[in-house]
Parts: sequence; structure tokens; C-alpha cells
Amino acid sequence: MTERRLWSWLAVVLGGLYFLLPLVGMVDFSMRMQRDGYSFEAYRVVLADPQFQQTFGYSVVLALLTIVLGILIVVPTAYFVRLRFPGLRPIVEFLTLLPLVIPPIVIVFGYIRIYNTSSVLPLTGSWWGTNLLLLFGYATLSLPYMYRSVDTGLRTIDIGSLTEAAQSLGAGWARILAVVILPNVFVSILSGAFLTFAIVIGEYVFAALLNVGSFGPYMVWMGGNRAYEPSALAVVAFAITWACMGLIQLFTRFSKFSTVRR
Amino acid sequence: MAFLDILRLEKSFGAHRVVKDFNLNIEKGEFISFLGPSGCGKTTVLRMVAGFETPTSGAICIDGRDVSGLAANRRNIGMVFQAYALFPNLTVEQNVGFGLRIKGEGKADIRTRVGEMLEMVGLPNLGERYPFQLSGGQQQRVALARALAIRPQVLLLDEPLSALDAKIRTSLREEIRRIQRELGITTIFVTHDQEEALSMSDRVVVMHQGIADQVGTPFEIYNRPATRFVAQFVGTLNLLDASLLDAAAGRVGLGDLPVALNRKLPGRAGDRVSLALRPETVALGRKGEGSVVLPGHIAEVHFLGSVIRIRVAVAGQFVSLDTFNQPDRPPPSVGTPVEVSISDRDLLVLAA
Ligand SMILES: Nc1ncnc2c1ncn2[C@@H]1O[C@H](COP(=O)(O)OP(=O)(O)OP(=O)(O)O)[C@@H](O)[C@H]1O
Ligand SMILES: [Mg+2]
Repeated sequence: MTERRLWSWLAVVLGGLYFLLPLVGMVDFSMRMQRDGYSFEAYRVVLADPQFQQTFGYSVVLALLTIVLGILIVVPTAYFVRLRFPGLRPIVEFLTLLPLVIPPIVIVFGYIRIYNTSSVLPLTGSWWGTNLLLLFGYATLSLPYMYRSVDTGLRTIDIGSLTEAAQSLGAGWARILAVVILPNVFVSILSGAFLTFAIVIGEYVFAALLNVGSFGPYMVWMGGNRAYEPSALAVVAFAITWACMGLIQLFTRFSKFSTVRR
Repeated sequence: MAFLDILRLEKSFGAHRVVKDFNLNIEKGEFISFLGPSGCGKTTVLRMVAGFETPTSGAICIDGRDVSGLAANRRNIGMVFQAYALFPNLTVEQNVGFGLRIKGEGKADIRTRVGEMLEMVGLPNLGERYPFQLSGGQQQRVALARALAIRPQVLLLDEPLSALDAKIRTSLREEIRRIQRELGITTIFVTHDQEEALSMSDRVVVMHQGIADQVGTPFEIYNRPATRFVAQFVGTLNLLDASLLDAAAGRVGLGDLPVALNRKLPGRAGDRVSLALRPETVALGRKGEGSVVLPGHIAEVHFLGSVIRIRVAVAGQFVSLDTFNQPDRPPPSVGTPVEVSISDRDLLVLAA
């Protein structure tokens, strides 16, 4: 018994070290910009950089738009698949997983080929077009997370009866989706949304190949040209991701009616 | 033309015919129950009336208007579900006001109406709660208030009491009936519990394999069942195998025992028939004129409280009968030879 415990502990400690050591090293390094001991100088420099502010702001806006688009696409789809075409669920689930299977670089090359300046729909030719393309691309990347979390949320409520109850009270589809379904899967949507946020903030391949000034390419550029600042940036990016995860937990825990008896 | 007319309604799922030639006319303010075993199509008929299923053929008319082509959200029909189906993210007040908000009524009007409805279902102080903070019975009351708040033309209830325990079931069914009377709302109530159907309804529709076997008042259904299925499904019934001895004179043979019914019977001598009798029409001992008296012995005694159910072995078969409990007279013990008597009018003869 005690021996078994020992081995379990050892496995946990080794795993923990594997994850934590690089982080600790990075944090340590990022704080040594000044020779005489630890300081937050690198962070100050990074955060004060106007380019940081600009690219980060851009990525945040893009991430939020991606989330809105993702919700608009995924919630109705997942809902109608569950309600009307349950047989299609495995197929839709497979489709939403494709972005995990097909490398982003392949996707974005596809985009560039299809929407280049000499194509029927020359999206890459204009600022608006490029941004739109990036937005759609990110919405695609977010599909696996959004779809799964929304679908899980839908499973916890009896959408059939709720839909029929709302219908008998006079509600049409748009209202059912907005007033009945959306609020009840909101907590699940949030977890998908935060994951999407974290992905979009750090995304590099799409942004670089579409030549857009977002946070990912900025981080890479920093990494190639500076010593201490990239580590500080990486720590900041980590912190954002963790904050997102923490928020997921928080919302799940404290949502007002998540303790619904079933 | 009645208020709610269901004409030659049919529904098939693929090759499976679930509802067959279903006809029903319901008067305004009537309380109708659909009674039948699981899978007989009760819910399917109800869902077609509500607009959740499209009939394969046939028509549904409310107040003279064919609603068959109308979407569920335009029919103005109130629906109460077995699983309550309250919106978990809305408070009780918001749930009850949901339909009114969709109709675009003013805030003040909605508040008044919601207050009235909650008063009516006996939950005036729970408006702020969320559904998960309510008991099952309370949730179903809220669901009823929500369905009635929109002043529907017809109220549909699909086994609304099945998920509740026995005590609440009885009290809530009386309350549903009281509210239904007060509002005078035309109501269809689906149940597989015969006691519920018989005690609440103006008329009962007994369904069997997608067909309405019999439509009638609880009294008619119970005392004059039209088919063997209705006779067996509603109430407890003794069914005894017998053979027809003389159709014209009304004599049948119960094993070796000849029984005289003193009325003309259909069929021919030698036909197998079933004698059907309700436990409460059978009495212990010898009764007067017009009674059929059968000898036998006590096989089982079940003490049910106010009623004692006794099974008597008669000519190799069993007859159940009910007697009232009398504190100064204990029930006879098993094995005692007895005679049972039945009024010959209460003996139904059904084709076997
Ligand atoms: N959507 C559907 N697709 C296929 N068959 C169905 C569907 N809905 C119902 N059925 C079938 O129709 C028949 C009647 O179902 P229905 O739900 O009306 O029965 P019910 O009388 O309400 O039974 P219960 O008392 O169990 O609720 C059943 O055999 C059922 O399997
Ligand atoms: Mg049913």
C-alpha cells in the first residue's frame, strides 16, 4: 500500500516538474534584464511598447469577433442537429474536429489559393477582405472547442420539451434560440469561448501568412530580435490563457442556476 | 359542430400506423381524458392537436377553424408536460409571464396576470424562485399557471401527474379539475391511470392500439364497456371461461355448473364465451330473486383497509369480490366453503 503510494507520488512529482521547470526557468529569465538582481524591467519595456499595445488590441478584438461568429454558427447548428437530425451528430462532430486534423498551414494555403487577387472572390486584395478571411479562419479553428462545449451544454437540458413548451407559448425559432436555448447553454459556451480566446490571441500561422499585424507574429518577431522581452511576453501570454481557464471555472461554479435539479 | 373536432385522424411513423381513424368531438369547457396502455398513441394524438406532429391525414378543427396547417406557436394552445419543462434560467414569475411577453403585452398587465395565475395555483409567494428551488408538485403548478396565462383556447396535459408521489397526485388532480371548472377551459388530459381518468373527466376516451375503443362518461365506460379491451382495462374484472349451452334461453355452462342468465344471448350452443363481472357486483352468501348463486371455497383473502378483496374458487376458476371491512366481523378464513351470488344483470357475456 505505502509502496504504491510512493510510486504514485513520484509520478505526480515527475510530471509536475516536466511542466513546471520550463515555466520557472522562463519566469526567472524574464526577470533578469537588469544585472543587479530580479526586476520587472522586461515586462515594463514590453507593456510600454506601442506595437505590443496595437497588436494585442487587434488580437483581442479579433478574438471577440471570432467568439461571436462562432456562437452564431455553432449554437443553431448544434441545437437543430440534436433536435431534428440526431442521426447527423457523428458526422457534424467529425466535421468540427477537422481543424484539429488538418494543419493550419494547409488551411491557410487553401484560403490564399481560393481567395487570391486573381480569383472570383479576391478577399486577400483588400484590408477588409483579409481581416474577414482571418475571422472566418479563426472561427473554423474554434469549431472543435465551441461545438463540443455547446453540445455538452445542450445535453444537460431537455431541449425537446423546452422547445415545445416555448412553441406552445407562441415563440418562434429565433426567440427560442435567443431566449430559451442560449441562456441555458451560456456557461458551456463560455468555456468554449475562453478557449477560443486563448487560441486566437496566440495564433501565428494564419496571421503571418495573411500578413496581418496581430499578436502572434509580434511575439515571434520579438523572439527573433530581443533577449529578455520574449520571455516576458510568453509569461504574459501564459497568464492570459490561465486567466481564461480560471474564468471558465469561476463561471461554471457561480452561475445562478447551474445547480438545476435534473 | 363541437368546439374541438378531430376528424378521421391518422398518423404513421414509417410503416407503423400509430393512430387509426381517430374521431372525437369535444364541447367547449369539457374535460376529456385519454386513457390507455403505454404505446397506444395517446401522446401522439395530443401532439397532433398541439401542432408538434403533422397528421398523416385527417383534420383538427378548433372553434370551426381547421388548424392542421398551423404551426404550434400560432395555435394558442396551452400545454403541460410530464417533465414540467419549466425554463431553468427564468424565475417562476418570468416563466409564467413568458407567453405574455411574446404576445407583447405591457409590463403592468403581465405583472397583474402573473400574480393572478400564481394565486390561482396556490403559489402566490414563490414568484422570485427558480424552478430548481421548487418541489415537483410546485413545478407542475407553475407549469399549469404558465400554460393558462396566455388564455389558451384549449389546454392539453400529457401525464402531468406521473412524476409525482401518490398524495400530491390526488390533491393536484382535484386542483386541476377545480381550476379547469373555474376557467371553463376545454381540456384534454392524457393518463394511463384509470382512477385519474374516471375521477376527473366529463368523458373518457379509452384508446387501444391507436383506435378510440370507446368514448363515454366514466359511468358508461365502467358499467357498460363496449369492448373486451375496455372491460378489462378499466377497473378490475373477473373473466370466467364458459361455454354457451342454450343461446335462446340464456344458459351457459361454467365447467360442470349450469348458469341461467334469463336473457337471450348472441351465438350458438357450444360457443366459447367469457363471463365478465366486477368484484363489487359479487356478494358472499345467498341473495334473493334474480341472483345467480355459485358454490365454491375461499382461496385468498387480501385486507386492503376499508375494503377486503376475497378470491373464491368456483368450478376450477377464480372470482374476486370486494366486501367492506367491518370491525366486528373478521373475514372468513381460507378453505371455508362459501356461496357467492351475482345479479344476472351484472354478468356480462363477451365473445371469447
Ligand atoms: N417520433 C416517433 N417515431 C417513431 N415512432 C414513434 C414516434 N413517436 C411515437 N412513436 C410510436 O408510436 C406509438 C405511440 O406512441 P405514444 O407516445 O403516442 O404512446 P402513448 O400512448 O403516449 O404511451 P405512453 O403511455 O407510454 O406515453 C408507440 O409505439 C411509439 O413507439
Ligand atoms: Mg405518452
